[in-house]
Amino acid sequence: MTDQQLPTSSLDEIKDIRRIMERSSRFISLSGLSGIAAGLCAMGGAWLASNRLAEYYLAYNSRGNFEGPDFNKLKLDLFILAIAVLALALVSAFYFTWRRARHNQTPLWNVSSRNLAWSMMVPLGAGGLFILAMLQYSEWRFIAPASLIFYGLALVNGSKFTLSDIRYLGYLEIVLGIVNTQFIGYGLYCWAVGFGVLHILYGAIMWWKYEKDSVN
Amino acid sequence: MNKVFESRIRLGVMSMLMVNEEVNFNDLKQMLEVTDGNLATHLVNLEENGYIRVHKGFVGKKTNTTYSVTKAGEKAFQDHISALENMIKGMR
Repeated sequence: MTDQQLPTSSLDEIKDIRRIMERSSRFISLSGLSGIAAGLCAMGGAWLASNRLAEYYLAYNSRGNFEGPDFNKLKLDLFILAIAVLALALVSAFYFTWRRARHNQTPLWNVSSRNLAWSMMVPLGAGGLFILAMLQYSEWRFIAPASLIFYGLALVNGSKFTLSDIRYLGYLEIVLGIVNTQFIGYGLYCWAVGFGVLHILYGAIMWWKYEKDSVN
Repeated sequence: MNKVFESRIRLGVMSMLMVNEEVNFNDLKQMLEVTDGNLATHLVNLEENGYIRVHKGFVGKKTNTTYSVTKAGEKAFQDHISALENMIKGMR
């Protein structure tokens, strides 16, 4: 190293260090399009669920009395629908992030994405089991609030390992979930706002902020 | 300037260990894009200087060696960064 080369090489060195630190501590390939795709899946799912509920209540009102098998059929249908929406949302979200990672030439499964996955898995797993337990006792009123709150907690926790903006989405989901506890009859609407509208908004903002200029 | 950090690979290892509590061999290799042998040599060098600590463990039957930074390594790295910053300021 000669003295003349020092300023640029020192600067390069600092940049190098910064890049490695960032890349190895945060998973930055999370795509905004993933958010939009997941949001659209949620909106579609909520629409189907509201149709199914309307159908159930129409039958209930015309008949005028409660019927066990009918209610169980409704529960099963909604449960299957929820699983299908979750799977579809995960697959489409995964696809866009995979595409972005390939475009950035960063591996999808590395130290930072593993940290991200693990930090989200803990609140999500706990929330999932909690919700299943509520279903076990036919306690449907707090399913939407609980899913919003636990998902929000997972986002806040995961934000340490990815774009930190995701934290604000997490806060919004938590607040929405808590508000929902006071308006129990509006669970599906809150759910559609939290998982649909907020995801689409967030995804669009993230895409605009980070990906607009690097479209492939 | 610290001679140990003249190698980009050693500096890269230190950068990763500064922001992660523990990193395993494969993650270091993947991030720094180096060969096994090359990385191993640099890791031994850092360990001999007392800058990193090696933990040998197992995941199932496969060995899983992880690395973390020592107090001395942390200090040396921070001093190196300060030196770089001073040099940039001095040249302007």
